[in-house]
Amino acid sequence: MNKKNKIKIVVNGKRLTVNLKFSLENLIEKLKTPINKVAVELNEEIVDKKKLKKIILKNKDKIEIVHFIGGG
Amino acid sequence: MKLDYLKIANKKFNSRLIVGTGKYKNMSECSKAIKISGAEIVTVAVRRVNISDRSKPLLMDYIDPKKIMYLPNTAGCFTSTDALRTLRLAREIGDWKIVKLEVLGDKKNLFPDMIETLKSTEVLTKEGFKVMVYCNDDPLMCKRLENAGASAIMPLAAPIGSGLGIQNKTNIKILRHQTKVPLIIDAGIGQASDAVQAMEMGCDAVLINTAIAKAKNPLQMAESMKYAVISGRKSFLSGRIEPNLQGSPSTTKKGLI
Repeated sequence: MNKKNKIKIVVNGKRLTVNLKFSLENLIEKLKTPINKVAVELNEEIVDKKKLKKIILKNKDKIEIVHFIGGG
Repeated sequence: MKLDYLKIANKKFNSRLIVGTGKYKNMSECSKAIKISGAEIVTVAVRRVNISDRSKPLLMDYIDPKKIMYLPNTAGCFTSTDALRTLRLAREIGDWKIVKLEVLGDKKNLFPDMIETLKSTEVLTKEGFKVMVYCNDDPLMCKRLENAGASAIMPLAAPIGSGLGIQNKTNIKILRHQTKVPLIIDAGIGQASDAVQAMEMGCDAVLINTAIAKAKNPLQMAESMKYAVISGRKSFLSGRIEPNLQGSPSTTKKGLI
């Protein structure tokens, strides 16, 4: 594996290694996340779900993907 | 009879029971209990998606947000910053504007931090949120929340999950008198009679989670709470008789042999 073509990111607190030029949309697809049921944050900024394709991930990016669970 | 509905942020609801979706044995029991309770609003929490185990069932697969209104909350938030971040994310999931704010101040008794709560209410209302606010039963702080634009004032009856019932009836009565937006008892309900009491005092609704989810028979308790809220509301609207220390016979003396 050529490390030069990879970047390290953190998704929901877990470290992941992905290819260079990996977009947020690629990530959502890779994780098989139902996009209409989640919200996405990149480095603590909320991402417009319509723009996921245009956002290319960088090394050390922190992504949070959240959804609704049971709660009082 | 005039139609009696609950109105929050210009949305009308027939049911005055709001149900939490936490602590149930499983999703199926939760969705059944909600159905039986007749609730039209359920509270939900915002948490990380489990990216390593995607087999876990999703809340939305069990409770359809098109049929039952999701009320995103900030459960587990101890600062204004965390609460704001959570609700902004909640809005992003599906354009939710009506939200439940709770900023906790104490890990043991789960009492709200009212300073942080007030700050958050001010910010959220400016951002266009309709904020239903979990708060303590202090009339002064509740007034401040209302002045800050809160869409509903939701004082605790007792600590969250305690099931102790309404501890400070005087404060709730004062709150009823002064509050112009919906007044909803949130937290501390233990049994049906607590819900009846809240409604008889003129509260607009009650929010119940643990008392249903942790009852030995959650589905039956959900039904019990449904009728308690209806019963208490009708009792309040009917105008009770004046309490009297003397007896008053129910049968006329006329025709007595």
